[in-house]
Amino acid sequence: MSDITQILLIIGLPFIAFLLLGIFGNSSTLLKNSAGIIGTSLMAISCFFAIQIASGYFLSPSHASGEAFSPSIVFKYVWLNFGSGKSIDIGAFVDPISAMMLVVVTFISLMVHIFSLGYMKGEERFATYYAFLGLFTFSMLGLVISANIFQIYIFWELVGVSSFLLIGYYFQKPSAVAASKKAFIVTRFADLGFLIGILTLGFYSETFDFQELIARLSNHQTPQFLAIASASFLGLSALTWGLVLVFIGGAGKSAMFPLHIWLPDAMEGPTPVSALIHAATMVVAGVFLVARLFPIFALSDQAALNIVAYIGIISALFAAIIACTQTDIKRVLAFSTMSQIGYMMFALGVSGYGGEEGAGFSASMFHLFTHAFFKSLLFLGAGSIIHMVHSNEMGDMGGLRKYMPITHIAFLIACLAISGIPPFAGFFSKEAILHAAHQSHPGIYYLGLFTSMLTAFYMFRLYFSIFWSKESKDHSHHSEGTWSMKIPLIILSIASILVGFVPFSSYVSSDGLGLESHLDWMFSIAPVSLAFLGIGFAAYLYLKENDKPESIANSLGSIFTWVKHKFYIDELYLFITKKVIFNLFGKPAAWIDKNIIDGFYALSADITTAVSFSIRGIQSGKVQGYALYFFGGILGLAILFIYIMN
Amino acid sequence: MNLLFLLIVPFLTALGVLAAKGLKQVRTVSFIGAALQLLLAFYLLVQYQQIHVEGDGMLMYFEQSFAWFPSLGISFHIGVDGISIAMILLTSLVVVAGILVSYGMEHLHKEFFFLLILLSLGAYGFFIALDIFTLFFFLEVAVIPKFLLIGIWGSGNKEKSAMKLALMLMGGSALIFVGLIGTYYYSNPGGARTFSLMELANGGIPLQAQLIFFPFLFAGFGVFTALFPFHTWVPDGHSSAPTAASMFLAGISMKLGGYGCLRVATFLMPVAAEQYAWIIILLATIAIIYGAFATLMQTDLKYINAYSSISHCGFVLLGIGMLNKVAITGAVMQMVSHGLMTALFFAAIGMMYSRTHTRLLAQLGGLLKVMPFISSIFIIAGLCSLGLPGFSGFVSEMTVFVGAWQNPDFWYRLATILSCASIVVTAVYILRAAGKSVMGPIVNQDHLKLSDALWNEKVAAVVLLSAIVIIGVAPFVLTDLLSPGTDVLMAKLLK
Repeated sequence: MSDITQILLIIGLPFIAFLLLGIFGNSSTLLKNSAGIIGTSLMAISCFFAIQIASGYFLSPSHASGEAFSPSIVFKYVWLNFGSGKSIDIGAFVDPISAMMLVVVTFISLMVHIFSLGYMKGEERFATYYAFLGLFTFSMLGLVISANIFQIYIFWELVGVSSFLLIGYYFQKPSAVAASKKAFIVTRFADLGFLIGILTLGFYSETFDFQELIARLSNHQTPQFLAIASASFLGLSALTWGLVLVFIGGAGKSAMFPLHIWLPDAMEGPTPVSALIHAATMVVAGVFLVARLFPIFALSDQAALNIVAYIGIISALFAAIIACTQTDIKRVLAFSTMSQIGYMMFALGVSGYGGEEGAGFSASMFHLFTHAFFKSLLFLGAGSIIHMVHSNEMGDMGGLRKYMPITHIAFLIACLAISGIPPFAGFFSKEAILHAAHQSHPGIYYLGLFTSMLTAFYMFRLYFSIFWSKESKDHSHHSEGTWSMKIPLIILSIASILVGFVPFSSYVSSDGLGLESHLDWMFSIAPVSLAFLGIGFAAYLYLKENDKPESIANSLGSIFTWVKHKFYIDELYLFITKKVIFNLFGKPAAWIDKNIIDGFYALSADITTAVSFSIRGIQSGKVQGYALYFFGGILGLAILFIYIMN
Repeated sequence: MNLLFLLIVPFLTALGVLAAKGLKQVRTVSFIGAALQLLLAFYLLVQYQQIHVEGDGMLMYFEQSFAWFPSLGISFHIGVDGISIAMILLTSLVVVAGILVSYGMEHLHKEFFFLLILLSLGAYGFFIALDIFTLFFFLEVAVIPKFLLIGIWGSGNKEKSAMKLALMLMGGSALIFVGLIGTYYYSNPGGARTFSLMELANGGIPLQAQLIFFPFLFAGFGVFTALFPFHTWVPDGHSSAPTAASMFLAGISMKLGGYGCLRVATFLMPVAAEQYAWIIILLATIAIIYGAFATLMQTDLKYINAYSSISHCGFVLLGIGMLNKVAITGAVMQMVSHGLMTALFFAAIGMMYSRTHTRLLAQLGGLLKVMPFISSIFIIAGLCSLGLPGFSGFVSEMTVFVGAWQNPDFWYRLATILSCASIVVTAVYILRAAGKSVMGPIVNQDHLKLSDALWNEKVAAVVLLSAIVIIGVAPFVLTDLLSPGTDVLMAKLLK
């Protein structure tokens, strides 16, 4: 089978699932009952071909002989032509990062499809749920294989809307509606930056095609580069503006500070959705976008790359601090996602281009890869717990290890992985990131190190509170869930142990040439011991129920309150949207329209009416009156004539 | 194809409606007539694509000309190019959908359908006219039915809205008329005066006359397409109008204005257009932003859609004001897209209103549960309105943006950025409307008994939605159609 057919099947099958289940799913009982099976089987085929494409690409004989991985355009068609070389193309672009993403997206999506068979069983809109999952998967796959920066924007919006639809899946819950709106609007706001960034980069580089764009803007001799670098606005070059604006789009989707506020609320969606969209795939789109344009960032604009690094580390630390105080299990995981994406972001930010310099790039992609497995495992585990306990609050859990052994082990593995304990997957990728930061940006390295201790602490705080501590309720009559829920947990647990051993950097690197992956055991001592410190502290506080956490919280006083309320950033946003936008723009606009502009027309109508009223007395119908006007007129004219004659 | 069929079919349909008895016959005749129009429009498209060869130098196709008032240089001259064909297709789609959603219209049904058909006749005549007097004649034919449709079948403060709309559109017509007379008077210096569009364009109009009469023509047509500050008929008119009339107003009537701004004002007076471009852009940007913010505060679904139309039609004017090929193509795409999408939106709102008897956000809620089809259509229309890829709104807005960005002037850039920013505000008001009306808990328990769309309503929605999706998924179909026409226009502008 040719590559084109395979790619089309990979992205087309989820789309077919969407159309089939979305249009006919609710009207046909047959489809409604088998919606899960249909969606899952189509997804499985898609995943199979994705693995085939990726393995074909990575294990190609030409690479074995030491050649660099070169990107290949599987197909590309002009979709909307703007003339003078600019067009939106729809194409498939396979290079190491997109091949890797194809596998990650289809595999995690498949796991979520299987898990949902049990988790969403009996839902009224079961078919719609699978339709939306299909739409999301299709859009995400379209995003990762984009060959054109406008194509990525198209799919970018589509993943946004699938996320909106899935967060608002329980549309009768006001909180779910509010969360879905918030997620869409915040990311839309960021997308405005992305759009203007695209327009800026496209205008100067005279193309929207990724390959040409990168070639023109990363080579400092091209006329396009000279034009964009010399044009400046407010002291920054057009190139910096373009890249920063594009990065704002990425930061919105990837929930980077301060555009992260939608992510915790997005947990209103069904938990498997959070696993797929808000943990493993969509939220890393921003990282992917920066990675896609990485040669331009790294070779042409250090300022923009530094911004990426700083925003990344701030988000990583900020989210980790907040995660320590949250009590909703999904919100802890949401902040942990934000924190881990911060790692990926700053890894790109500290990276150079080519050879050992580009280790940060490989590390970032590696972490994206491993994170997808253990974070979706954490979310599916959380789903399994919520399915049994019917609550998101840690306070309602405790002592669950006896009732759900498989979930317990899976969750433990995932916690170890995310905390960076060897030999679990997260250890390898996090080491690589810290190693890359260590050389060039020591400040970021130390903050990253501190964050990894916090990570271990809050993850094990979660783990001990759920599975150990005191049983708050009797759960003996609940069951752990169906096998369709357990199997993905088992598979992802195995993956979370094994994927760290993939020699990732020899496949994915900034310039396509493989890097020797090496592990510096001496270097690892600090992060790993800090992680153990974090775990130990969590065990001290949460293994057995006690009042130590509370007394620590009390002793921190207002600091704790600030952190628990997420530094009141939500309130700030609420203030800006509700008060400022509605009151300062919306209300005046509506008022002016009603009173001033429309008032003007109403006034002119009123004047016309008044004038006509006042002069209608002239046409009274009385002959005497007309005779009077007649003679008066003649008299007037006569006087006028006499005056003129003289 | 003989373009006269586009006038004969609605004319005969109108006669048939008058002859028919009872609602069933009347609506069947109307539907057959509308379906024939749609077939004709597609046949026209097919014929055009067979005849048209890239770069054949033909400006207009299927031309016909009959002497009307030869002494005044007025002739009944008709012909089409790609741009008019796009508008004709839009009209025929909206007509079919509008007729279908009006199937339940009991009150004075004969007159109602007659006026709808008459309106479509005016629109077709307008889009095929190549003589600006003929064009003006058909513009007026399309105005009168609106007044009656709103005044008789409307809701709320219908008399006032009908009066306001008619007076403002008449005011616009008066401006256009002054512009036409001026154009005529200064046409063809030395030779016979003419109303012929092509002769006027070839002869050229003296600069002084252009500078005086362009504002009349542009503002006059602008009234029809909600040019700020002549837009205030839009909210009241749309919200008082019955469903089909709202669809026709937004889907067809507002497009008459945009088409006129482009085909008459800008095409005949390119120099003045360049001189005044900054004013057009300024007003368009104000309309886009201001319309979007005013929408935020509305509590009635129809007002929401009407104010958002002001914002969306601003993109049409912005594209025209930018005066480059990409932006103008985007403007025409936006006309087509907005026409389809707003018609769909009004159709969905009308379906909800006919069941719940309210359009207020506070009294709606949770309709997705009781009427999934209508609510899904509402959400889809909303997503199209906020420019979601896959629907026509995205491609047309992006084309306008890319075109607008081509001008590196700081103020043009600022106008473009502000216009782009409206996509965020659009998202806010669309999601607000959807969140309060179709999502959320059910507010009124009586709504639980309501039923979903009937077959005629489903067909209407599917017709419009298909067109929206086709343009959204395969925009090249539309851009290829528009390209020769915009090239002709650009040749004039660059001269």
